[in-house]
Amino acid sequence: MLSRRVFLKNGAFAFVSLGFAPSFLSRTALAATGRSKQLIAIFQRGAVDGLSMVVPFGEADYYRARPSIAIPRPNGENGALDLDGFFGFNPRLKALKPLWDRRQLAIVNACGSPDSTRSHFDAQDYMETATPGVKSTADGWLNRYLQARKAEEATPFRAVALTSQLPRMLQGTAPALAMSQIAQFGIRGGQGGDGAGASFEREYAAAADHLLNGTGKEAFNAIKMLKSTDPSRYQPANDADYPRSPFGQALRQIAQLTKSNVGLEVAFADVGGWDTHVNQGADQGQLANKLEDFSRAIAALVVDLGDRMEDTVVLTMSEFGRAVNENGNRGTDHGHGNAMMVIGGNVRGGHVYGKWPGLAAEKRYEGRDLAVTTDFRDVFGEIVARHLGVSNPSAIFPGYNVQPSKYPGLFA
Amino acid sequence: MKRFLPFVLPFTIAVLATSRPAATTHAADRAGDKAGDKTIVHVLNRIAFGPRPGDVERIRAIGIDRYIDQQLHPQRVADPGMAARLSDLASIGMSSREIAREYELPQLQARRERKQNAQADPAGAPPKPDPLQQKANGVIVELAEQKVLRAIYSERQLEEVLTDFWFNHFNVDARKGPARFMLTEYERETIRPHVLGKFRDLLEATAKSPAMLFYLDNWMSASPATGEMLPPRLARGPFGGRVVVPGGVRQQPQAKNAPKGLNENYGRELMELHTLGVDGGYTQKDVTEVARAFTGWTIQNPRQGGGFIFNPRLHDSGQKVVLGHIIKAGGGQSDGEQVLDILAKEPATARFIASKLARRFVSDTPPPALVDRATARFRATDGDLREVTRTILTSPEFLAPESYRAKVKTPFEFVVSAARAVGADVQEALTLVRQLQQLGMPLYQCQPPTGYKDTADAWVNTGALVSRMNFALTLAGNRLRGVSVASLPTADEVLGFDLSETTRATIAKAADAQQMAALTLGAPEFQRR
Repeated sequence: MLSRRVFLKNGAFAFVSLGFAPSFLSRTALAATGRSKQLIAIFQRGAVDGLSMVVPFGEADYYRARPSIAIPRPNGENGALDLDGFFGFNPRLKALKPLWDRRQLAIVNACGSPDSTRSHFDAQDYMETATPGVKSTADGWLNRYLQARKAEEATPFRAVALTSQLPRMLQGTAPALAMSQIAQFGIRGGQGGDGAGASFEREYAAAADHLLNGTGKEAFNAIKMLKSTDPSRYQPANDADYPRSPFGQALRQIAQLTKSNVGLEVAFADVGGWDTHVNQGADQGQLANKLEDFSRAIAALVVDLGDRMEDTVVLTMSEFGRAVNENGNRGTDHGHGNAMMVIGGNVRGGHVYGKWPGLAAEKRYEGRDLAVTTDFRDVFGEIVARHLGVSNPSAIFPGYNVQPSKYPGLFA
Repeated sequence: MKRFLPFVLPFTIAVLATSRPAATTHAADRAGDKAGDKTIVHVLNRIAFGPRPGDVERIRAIGIDRYIDQQLHPQRVADPGMAARLSDLASIGMSSREIAREYELPQLQARRERKQNAQADPAGAPPKPDPLQQKANGVIVELAEQKVLRAIYSERQLEEVLTDFWFNHFNVDARKGPARFMLTEYERETIRPHVLGKFRDLLEATAKSPAMLFYLDNWMSASPATGEMLPPRLARGPFGGRVVVPGGVRQQPQAKNAPKGLNENYGRELMELHTLGVDGGYTQKDVTEVARAFTGWTIQNPRQGGGFIFNPRLHDSGQKVVLGHIIKAGGGQSDGEQVLDILAKEPATARFIASKLARRFVSDTPPPALVDRATARFRATDGDLREVTRTILTSPEFLAPESYRAKVKTPFEFVVSAARAVGADVQEALTLVRQLQQLGMPLYQCQPPTGYKDTADAWVNTGALVSRMNFALTLAGNRLRGVSVASLPTADEVLGFDLSETTRATIAKAADAQQMAALTLGAPEFQRR
């Protein structure tokens, strides 16, 4: 295991031997004692069925609406894992149950968008820009957070998405990096590739072009920095066991970047496969398998980050929920309200937040879906204000009246 | 003189061998040529997607002014090689109707069968990848290949630049439901024929295109007064695919003030993005009025690739007031057309379009005097885009020193200009399409209706630069599948004799010609145009 202390020493040495040390590294190293706050955002693309994830087993309407795909009540065979006597986890989320029991995990239920769209495309856009109903918003809300709060140190790794393309949420004028594999971030010259990297570095270092000169320097610093962390040798701490799935590996790399002290403040990963119109399954089947992968990956991340979770919040979200009634294909169609999870930091866990509207037909949104009682911007807003420490998040949520009184109350 | 030594020396020796007096004249001509070549490279970087080997000589022969004039009349430019390059792309000439029949409907049919099978088999495995779905995805792949091939090889370069520009202005994302089956016809019939025509015609063509009607939701926008039958809903299905939600009577919303049918998306973006610009002086009231005017503008049989139709039952027939202009009650389809008339004539529209074109061709912050003249030209010619474009391309500002390399290339401009610079033979354009995805600019997949940004801040970041250098290495090293590079040009040829001493020295030290070319295409100088 590579301890932080050893990394700092070796990392610094590596740069000294090359004749220069990126200023952000030394500042990061100095700042290592007072670590800054971190947010890891996870997007479940395709609209996860929140009612199978956080099961309202206390509602008879739930079982009436879903004769073949409901999760049984707790204590039965393959039943829900009781959280508070009314809600229970899908049994395949059991890797997250210890976090709930330790009050490190909170749920915001019946959460979502005021916009009625049931298009994945538009709803993801609205959730990522945090401007429901407005399509032409230039940037994502996480990028606006980066803009609103100046970086404590200039680092190319302040915001990183473990995706091949930068997600809408991180697009905008503040720098953010997308890479699907951190080990592949570098100049790949084939034969004599190292020489090519050094040659490019000389060209950019000497460029009179201010913009390309500055960004070029940052790029080569970033490459060296990652190389010195030797991604191929990473050993997770505390026997954290990540699934081999792409999602598990993405979270593993987020942990690695975090522990490399490269100044990672905002990380992003996404996971698809939730659009279960056909043969959704219950405690077994395609959705259950996805949930197991999802929960094991997050649980491994939390274990791996250890005491760093004090400064880290993991937030999960999905563009909308699914219809209350199952459809004719033992699946579920597009719905409205959904559940989010908030893990770590100083979150007051072990509690389901948000007013529960109920599943009776007359309580449903447009007669069919779980209604939204918490605007997702109130969850984002509270995290930005009370975890990341932005005193006034208004600029991050244009067109929305951000008020602490509307926050779910996730943080003390 | 010293900094040009590597270039000048062999040349001087060559002329010295003939006769001395001629050598001085030649050298002087040559110096003049170099300045001229730099200008020609600049022009080619703006009007075209950068120079190919031999382009500079060709333009030097006919002169810049004539080249610009030719490019403004693409139909007069012979383009003999293009058809053969595109001949493998079966779908690019098809109508939406044909595409629906060949690609979309078979895939839908297969999905229906799968659903039925799923019901017959309650144990039920999750859906598997579907060959028909893959075939259907081929439509957008071929469209993207077409775009790359035309940009690299077409002689009508300005038309390609402008088709890219105007598609982006009237952006539609292929990933929204069945939009990907509509974009082939959209680009070919709606955008391309109008890029040097009247703005008003282009505007109406987009307003009536199924692609835009679908993308900005106008096709399902209905008068708030009608308890109308809904058209079939098209939603994205198994993630990445689509489902059809059958039409039916609109469900009565539970809440009193829930939306009752009017969809303002198109009305808003029409003014904010297509015509007036965000500061163009319209109000929320105008947005609603415009949306009311366009109710009933919908798509006939969208599943069969149908076209525009006006459905009076969805239309709000009352009076509307748009930017102070009264549109009388009972106008039917002409309500929307009147809105387009009003918007196309607004001075804010002329300025918005002129600024955006000047930003594309001159600089991220175009000189106000130039924008003023292009705006005036727009208004004087009733929005003749050929004349507005001509005003910009023949302006002194276009060739001013401040404009030189003032623009950072977008990933698309970078990839295409690199392929052109090395005279690449592209047999598999898909390779380049995929590279563009990695470079953060997937073709036809820009999510917001704003289109891709045309300013440096959007494209210069650490990850993007690293990707560009890697692309330069793989292209010059002949390591891109289906893309071969035969003869590698010198840095001076590619960069118009204008590169920094460090870049020049670094390239001179490279191990071989391939690495020289890579260090040229990945150099800071080549990232600008």
